[in-house]
Amino acid sequence: MISKKEIERVAKLARLGLSDKEKEKYSKELSDILDYMEKLNEVDTKSVESTSQVTGLTNVLRKDENHHEANVEKIKKMIGQASEREGNFIKTKPILEK
Amino acid sequence: MEIKDLTIKDVKVGFAKKEFSSEELQAEILKLIEKENKKLNAYLSVFEDSFHAPRSTLHASLAGVPCAIKDNILVEDAICTAGSKILENYVSVYDAVVIKKLREAGAVILGKTNLDEFAMGSSTENSAFGPTKNPHDLSRVPGGSSGGSAAAVAAGLAIFALGSDTGGSIRQPASFCGVVGLKPTYGRVSRYGLMAMASSLDQIGTLTKNVYDSALVLSIIAGQDKFDSTSVSKDVPDYTSGIDRPIKGLKIGVPKEYFGEGLNDDVENAINKAISKFQNLGAEIIDISLPHSEYALAAYYIIMPSEVSSNLARYDGIKYGYSVGDRAKNLLEIYLKSRGAGFGEEARRRIMLGTYALSAGYYEAYYRKAQQVRTLIKNDFEDAFKKVDVIVGPTAPTVAFKLGEKINDPLSMYLEDVYTVAINLAGIPAISIPCGFVKEGGKDLPVGLQIIGKHFDEASILRAAYNFEINE
Repeated sequence: MISKKEIERVAKLARLGLSDKEKEKYSKELSDILDYMEKLNEVDTKSVESTSQVTGLTNVLRKDENHHEANVEKIKKMIGQASEREGNFIKTKPILEK
Repeated sequence: MEIKDLTIKDVKVGFAKKEFSSEELQAEILKLIEKENKKLNAYLSVFEDSFHAPRSTLHASLAGVPCAIKDNILVEDAICTAGSKILENYVSVYDAVVIKKLREAGAVILGKTNLDEFAMGSSTENSAFGPTKNPHDLSRVPGGSSGGSAAAVAAGLAIFALGSDTGGSIRQPASFCGVVGLKPTYGRVSRYGLMAMASSLDQIGTLTKNVYDSALVLSIIAGQDKFDSTSVSKDVPDYTSGIDRPIKGLKIGVPKEYFGEGLNDDVENAINKAISKFQNLGAEIIDISLPHSEYALAAYYIIMPSEVSSNLARYDGIKYGYSVGDRAKNLLEIYLKSRGAGFGEEARRRIMLGTYALSAGYYEAYYRKAQQVRTLIKNDFEDAFKKVDVIVGPTAPTVAFKLGEKINDPLSMYLEDVYTVAINLAGIPAISIPCGFVKEGGKDLPVGLQIIGKHFDEASILRAAYNFEINE
């Protein structure tokens, strides 16, 4: 059973604000779901490689050349939807506080 | 012929014979959408005329053909919600590569279709904008997460549609709505402009009224893209060429693991009938085993949420999307409150699951274990494909279930994906085609047959599907 404290830790890591009721609900639901995942322990995976992607592609590179024009319209579009802006910058609350 | 039954070929013939013009066809379908969408809720947004102008000559392969796009694929200057409150007013800044390709081929985009929030779900009930209804029975779900696209095609509100498939999200709604749904090989179609859910599993694919149309659209949207470094440089053939070659001698594998407990009896009967049909068409039916099948769902529901927890970190109330802004005291509160309020239940559930599975102390037990099981699942398919050309089975264990039936039991909802997730884990292509109906509650509900192929062998699954479709 995943404790409420665990849920709080995970919620903070995921930057999700949850109410107390939600924390209890997720505690139960996640426990049920993770119990089902215990199934995986039936499988012998000793010396089995992990698969993180199936294409087998590695190091897909491109030349470090700048092909983009500083298109004012595009810039306006891209940062135009930030909730706080100042000129051509996106504004946030301070990251480091006294 | 009824407007709602027109295929891409019918449309092109109609244009050539001057039975209707592109503008007239668009107008007719828009009228149909106006009439039906209130009760189906397939479309989240329908475009104004400015999006309709085809940008190519009338000879382009999809010139003037109206289509619908799942609302997690970016269409420039149009709102793209991902079915979520957190992006309710987000305006796309660029066209996805598949959209560029459709436009170059002359297709006309009618609008964006409903989906489970961030493509998470198997019923379209997780949309922040209400569920979509199944055109075959309005009290039932269309499947998910591409429920809007599947319903739109089934109801004739689009000639074809694009969807995305991470664990079955094209194939299962195709099965529930009685249309053709194709998930290409991972890396076949560019994911640039698809809002990422699980980056090692996602693929954009097609929802069409028949197999030929699926092959046609795939030929257009497939191909390597420099903006998607997971897209593969293999040539794109004309998938319609040779699609009608008879399947005599085709080796079709039937996995014994797909016919166990949990499969609805009526669905099983329909699938068995379908397999007999293949036999009558000259295919060789071979019993095979995919021994790790029973672990696919568990592996998927660890890997996918883990990747989701990473991909959804960008929705933070800063760069775009819903934000609490000055109602937060500090940066942390902006994150907590914007994400807490903007994301729906299932999105939060999966983010939490993934964050947990990747966190220190649990990574080895869950995520790495799942990735190892993933290798074994992939190997099962590789071994099977040494003996057979394609593999068949049911797309889903049930027909369309009732709205509200599974929404309060996440695990029972996840079990709907039991036949589809292994395909994404292995990265192989698969198509769902209608193969019959089951009568439930007085309505005829479609059953989907899934045909699975080797990496980049869409040609074989399309050929098998086409032959099945055109023969009695």
